[in-house]
Amino acid sequence: MSLKLNTDLLIILIAFPILWFAPAGLKSYGLYVVSLWLVMSIAAMGLNLTLGYAGLTSLAQGAFLGIGAYATAILTVKAGWPLPAAFLVSTGLSFLVGVVLGFPALRVKHHYLAFVTLAFSVVVFLIARNEQWLTGGVFGLANIPRPTLFGTDLGGGLAFYRVVLVVTLALTLVMWWLLHSPWGRAFQAIRENGTRAASLGVDIRAYTLLAFAIGSAFGGAAGALYAPLVEFIDPSPFALSASFVLLLTVVAGGAGSFFGPFVGAFFSYMLPELLRATGGWYLIIYAAVVLVLVMVSPTGLLGLIDRWRDHQSQRKAAAIRAAARPTLANGAETNPKEQGAAS
Amino acid sequence: MDQFLQLIVAGLATGAIYALAAIGFTLVWQTSQTINFAQGEFVMLPAILVLTAAHVGLPMWLAFIVGSAAFILLFGFGFKRFLVEPMQRHGVLPLAIATMALSVLIKEAAKNGFSAEAQHFPSLVPDGSVSFLGAAVSARDIAIFVVAVAAILGLQAFITRTRTGRTMQATAQNPTVARILGVPVERMILLTFLINAALALIASYLISPVYLAKFSNGETIGLAAFIAAIVGGFNQIRGALAGGFLIGLIDNLAAAYVSSAYRAAVPLVVLVVVILVKPEGLLGRKEERTV
Repeated sequence: MSLKLNTDLLIILIAFPILWFAPAGLKSYGLYVVSLWLVMSIAAMGLNLTLGYAGLTSLAQGAFLGIGAYATAILTVKAGWPLPAAFLVSTGLSFLVGVVLGFPALRVKHHYLAFVTLAFSVVVFLIARNEQWLTGGVFGLANIPRPTLFGTDLGGGLAFYRVVLVVTLALTLVMWWLLHSPWGRAFQAIRENGTRAASLGVDIRAYTLLAFAIGSAFGGAAGALYAPLVEFIDPSPFALSASFVLLLTVVAGGAGSFFGPFVGAFFSYMLPELLRATGGWYLIIYAAVVLVLVMVSPTGLLGLIDRWRDHQSQRKAAAIRAAARPTLANGAETNPKEQGAAS
Repeated sequence: MDQFLQLIVAGLATGAIYALAAIGFTLVWQTSQTINFAQGEFVMLPAILVLTAAHVGLPMWLAFIVGSAAFILLFGFGFKRFLVEPMQRHGVLPLAIATMALSVLIKEAAKNGFSAEAQHFPSLVPDGSVSFLGAAVSARDIAIFVVAVAAILGLQAFITRTRTGRTMQATAQNPTVARILGVPVERMILLTFLINAALALIASYLISPVYLAKFSNGETIGLAAFIAAIVGGFNQIRGALAGGFLIGLIDNLAAAYVSSAYRAAVPLVVLVVVILVKPEGLLGRKEERTV
């Protein structure tokens, strides 16, 4: 397979070294915030596949974040597993749960699917809160270990940030490959017109389940990084509102655009930290900005840029047309019948 | 048996509140395809507005009037005019997402602008219990039930008996045909939003003395209202009514007989079963776009 060097890959290649070196001067809180941005970008990337590319409205991504985080915490703290193994198992578990949750998606769509996934989120939250023997209940699970590599401790703020960055890079490349594979095309075909996709031989059942499961696996992977990042988890960050915010993140960034999740997560998770100086008001500002954004541009921030670009190219095209008008006008005059048919 | 009867009465009272919210929810869905994720916050807010007005120094009766008027103006008229109308052409999902953002906005504004603590809200009915079929049941529950049912019956009478009500119903069933027949469709849609706000207002004044006025109240009520609307049938007022009572009863009975820790999960399980088995709801009509 020859990899055509397209803009998306180019941006990834340029961004990676910048992101590797740039935060080196940050203090531990700054590093935490940037790491959180990457972790949430992974979760949003998964939801972007489910919602933006496959068109399935899910309000369960926060729950998958929780499943990944709790699975990792339980495996490392209680069973003493190394973090990489726990990461893989958490991701796999989220994938399997995603397949199961995908089954309702075969029957219902749009807001009905949103409500089924919403119910799932609430149930996951209740389990995390009530099953104290497993999850520690409201007291949570503490002392989640950070990784080591060949005896090197990767638990420092900067080292762990770089671990998160490498995992993010790997998952971003997986997502890029997925979207450019026949699978990715099939997801988009289902979103655009399910019936037509089916008539062209796309197995809608299998691809709907896959879209859900892969999106969920990304959520689980994000959770598996979230747990060692914060080192202590309790049920509250995985409540229903987490799923709401993740959905807003994807939409604000631009559902169905490749870097939308990163832009959206910057907006939803880093901006609030920067606005912390405003006290409790930052969520109000955030919600108001999202509200205005969705109203002005339902295709998100990147959609806004696309629209601006379209507008520019339209103006350019209009200028070219204006320059070419004399010849066009002549053509139209010589063939009045065609002109009538066109209007 | 005594406990069972008390639970039934309490269930009918909460169910009546859920029904009020669910009916408003289905009304705005029918006329303008708006899924209002802020419905729970709509029920939470009026009580907060009244308390804010009272806090400024207004006497209680005036605070009620000011709070109610402000709420209906902002979230009946304003919601329709400044949020739903511009968003409608983009389709169901962007509008639904805008209402999600609105719900966060209202909740956080209530938390920061008013109070993060639960506040006492004056009850219109004295606290106490009355004897009913040999069991002591809360007078407040009965009052809530009576007021809510009276409001719903009033709405039903308005819709079926008056000319305006029937035109509104026609708009809900088929806006295009209604427009051809000369119905002022826009005005009728606005009317459903005003009715929605009024129902939320009544629900708020009924529930706040019991749950206390708190910014986070909307979460539970909103969830219950969605579930009630879907379980009963998204496109039917009587569906939302039946769904409301059903969820209220299930909620209270599950807390007592199943598990108090998982009481919130039981209505959700009912919801998922209904969506998977009969997506149009127990009393609903089939709609092509739902599946």
